[in-house]
Amino acid sequence: MSVTIDAKLAQSFGLTPAEYDKLLSIMGRTPSFTELGIFSVMWSEHCSYKSSRIHLKTLPTKAPWVIHGPGENAGVVDIGEGLAAVFKMESHNHPSFIEPYQGAATGVGGILRDVFTMGARPVANLNALRFGDPKNPGTRRIVDGVVRGVGGYGNCVGVPTVGGEVNFHKAYDGNPLVNAMTVGVAKQDKIFLSAAAGIGNPVVYVGSKTGRDGIHGATMSSAEFDDEAASKRPTVQVGDPFIEKLLIEACLELMATDAIVAIQDMGAAGLTSSAVEMAGKGGVGIELDLDSVPQREPGMSAYEMMLSESQERMLMVLKPESTEQARAIFEKWELDFAIVGQLTDSGRITIKHNGKVEADIPLAPLADEAPIYNRPTVPLKAPGHIQPPADPVGIEHALLTLIGCPDLASRAWIWNQYDASVGGNTARRPGAADAAIVRVEGTRLGLALTTDCTPRYCQADPKTGAAQAVAEAWRNITATGAKPLAVTDNLNFGNPERPEIMAQFAQAIKGMGEACRALDFPVVSGNVSLYNETRSPSGLAQAILPTPAIGALGVLADASRSIGLSMPADHDLVLIGEIRGELGQSLWLREICHREDGAPPHVDLVAERRNGDFVRGQIEAGLVAACHDIADGGLLVTLAEMVMAGDVGCVLNAPPSNIPLHAFWFGEDQACYVVATKSAQALLAAAEKAHVPARKLGHSGGKELKLADGIALKASRLRDINAAFFPKFMGEDA
Amino acid sequence: MKAGIVVFPGTNRERDMVHALKLVSGQTPKMIWHRDTSLGDLDLVVLPGGFSFGDYLRSGAMAAHSPIMREVKAFAEKGGHVLGVCNGFQILTETHLLPGALLRNAGLRFLSQDCHLKVENATSAFTQGWKSGDIFRAPLAHGDGNYTASPETLERLEGEGRVAFRYCAADGQVSDGNRHSNPNGSARSIAGILSENGRVCGLMPHPENLTDPEIGATDGVPLFKGLVEALVG
Repeated sequence: MSVTIDAKLAQSFGLTPAEYDKLLSIMGRTPSFTELGIFSVMWSEHCSYKSSRIHLKTLPTKAPWVIHGPGENAGVVDIGEGLAAVFKMESHNHPSFIEPYQGAATGVGGILRDVFTMGARPVANLNALRFGDPKNPGTRRIVDGVVRGVGGYGNCVGVPTVGGEVNFHKAYDGNPLVNAMTVGVAKQDKIFLSAAAGIGNPVVYVGSKTGRDGIHGATMSSAEFDDEAASKRPTVQVGDPFIEKLLIEACLELMATDAIVAIQDMGAAGLTSSAVEMAGKGGVGIELDLDSVPQREPGMSAYEMMLSESQERMLMVLKPESTEQARAIFEKWELDFAIVGQLTDSGRITIKHNGKVEADIPLAPLADEAPIYNRPTVPLKAPGHIQPPADPVGIEHALLTLIGCPDLASRAWIWNQYDASVGGNTARRPGAADAAIVRVEGTRLGLALTTDCTPRYCQADPKTGAAQAVAEAWRNITATGAKPLAVTDNLNFGNPERPEIMAQFAQAIKGMGEACRALDFPVVSGNVSLYNETRSPSGLAQAILPTPAIGALGVLADASRSIGLSMPADHDLVLIGEIRGELGQSLWLREICHREDGAPPHVDLVAERRNGDFVRGQIEAGLVAACHDIADGGLLVTLAEMVMAGDVGCVLNAPPSNIPLHAFWFGEDQACYVVATKSAQALLAAAEKAHVPARKLGHSGGKELKLADGIALKASRLRDINAAFFPKFMGEDA
Repeated sequence: MKAGIVVFPGTNRERDMVHALKLVSGQTPKMIWHRDTSLGDLDLVVLPGGFSFGDYLRSGAMAAHSPIMREVKAFAEKGGHVLGVCNGFQILTETHLLPGALLRNAGLRFLSQDCHLKVENATSAFTQGWKSGDIFRAPLAHGDGNYTASPETLERLEGEGRVAFRYCAADGQVSDGNRHSNPNGSARSIAGILSENGRVCGLMPHPENLTDPEIGATDGVPLFKGLVEALVG
């Protein structure tokens, strides 16, 4: 190739002049084109975590039930009975803006591979989606494509999509977020890792053929967008869920034998990162002969093959005596199987193509000397506490507005496009409980699963907002009766080279860390997505709201004893926790007063833990018939959601007189739950003993939500208003 | 009951079917790979749901040409009982073991939701666990479930009592044009049909996903109970 390789070319590959100098000193010579490509993807933000690493190191990652924390393909926790849950959440934001369907679909495919690579059968998918302003004409196309993509992939592979969350905000106009989470189950003694071992062992490529798609995807995800984003469409990968399904079955079949030494999926930066990581972790060398790589089209260069992000591919190190057994399994499933190299004792990655050495890089410095930045931050402005405005519209109007607004409207239009029941183990489907419940096949165990984040809180105060995200995830699991075990995080932020963005990131990590420590809720896996910004033609950069999405997992000893949120008839309703009427950054303030200001609600982690442990205890004691936490929209929205889910009404007592009515009903106070119980008396007595604030709210029954001042709203009317937004927005309300 | 479940590349509800059959019949079904060339000694063959061959050509079209389907056809022709659910129903129409075809849902979107089904004919092995007119709940999950057939075929199905299940509202109301009660827009709200001899049955919804009380409900149990009673007495 006649291209001159120099600092300028390196820059166009995303390497800074200083990073290129470091490369030169490692190589001791000018790199080849392929070598430059390998360095640029391995040192991209996406693969190296160079801006986030020093902050991530401060997160708590250990607990007695954690088997593998961050650093593996996914986190692994002990769920009892010799079994482990394997889970992780990962973003596919940049591709989903450029090409919503394929971006979202391959996001699901990628996270599935991270989980079954470890020997786990995927049992549930979740997602966390953020879209732009519904009034922006481009938003509908992106919602449509992303929802079809998530469903198209998940439905075909036969993994139920059981939960998720969706927000709208104009800050996501140019940068929607698609965060996908997969949960799998494996035997604890059959977990597969990626560290290669055994000099001379064969390196085997399985799955789809390699094509020219997705070249430099990781680098694309490490820069902000400009108005030419659409021209990057060729860097988006194309997914094939049918091949993924075959790959899952073939891999799990092979994993039942003892043929595999190490295995790694080819995700971002494809063959490059899988080969480098497997050999690097194992402290060995690796030699690949690209002539053996199954190729979709002729004439591909070494550079193209090493950087391709073609989907549904895995790299394995096998025991030499087992290769024929493995080949037979992959041939049965009609997948490509090729021995493409071997492990060496050189400590280098050596790439051969057409008899020529195209790359020869020492592995240790590629990893150890990867750039790490402690990027500058600036102090963030503390949000001012606001004086809550007087109620301009009244309780009834506000409630109806809130339950119909884009952030609270029924998500059924979305859920109904995702197969939630395949597998036959989904005990609580989306919307039925605060967390989805999936039974572990062959046991009574139930996994409680949720994703949570309130980006507007994070924008106002990243530290409190991130702590709130963790607390809400913990609360949602608790509300089903499950014991929260661990989290996976998906940290979506803007350009880290801007000090105010880096400050948001650093503060959010601090808040998350505090909450995770206080709640014994370690982080076992995660993903960072930076540069979620779009530069307008005028040069102004619009960053997303800081969005540290939390995916969380808990476990129930008996899935059939989980608690849902549907209002049961003839029960007392009790508020657990204290409402002080926090309206700062509330949806009431935004939807009714058209203001996004103030401080987010106070997060008291001691109260959170105390109240949650109390609720879980009452559920375990069999005293709770339904439970729903207070979140977006406040207490009255929580009650309305219970009424809509159960088609059973309630009669509510007069609220306390020391708080403005609208602040009591719509304040987004944390650490609060509404619990339905046969008799409030027993629950209130138990709460007093445990020093947990509790208050009887009313009694369930009838078909109306009735307030003490005479307001009565039919459950069916609430449901109609709640259901209206999505079909109308998507033009399907015929 | 000796049941066999055929697995094609892309089948994904075979484990659900194993669970349901085991729960109701107490016997573990035999798994049959699509390239196998014999079924063995069976009372019932099940074609489960999924996306055989990715549904890339047309749902069920490729699977209809898998080697095992010759055996399934021969089994049916000899009077054997065959149940096809969802993709299995699509495969049965593609093999012409059942008439008609399943088009893209009327709303052009994949649908995953609960539906209600009305039992139209309770005399077959597949429906005898219910009484005619019974209404039960079942999850559905498909993109191509919009049943269609020629007017003559539809008349024949109706006349011969071969409509097994119809989509309906929770109160049993059948209304073809109503997307709430007939979600995919099927002709005459048809959700499941029978072959001429009543021994081949295809339906789109998934009774197998509502068989375990621990998962929420047992609405789908009569399908499997009826089969056990009819086939092993």
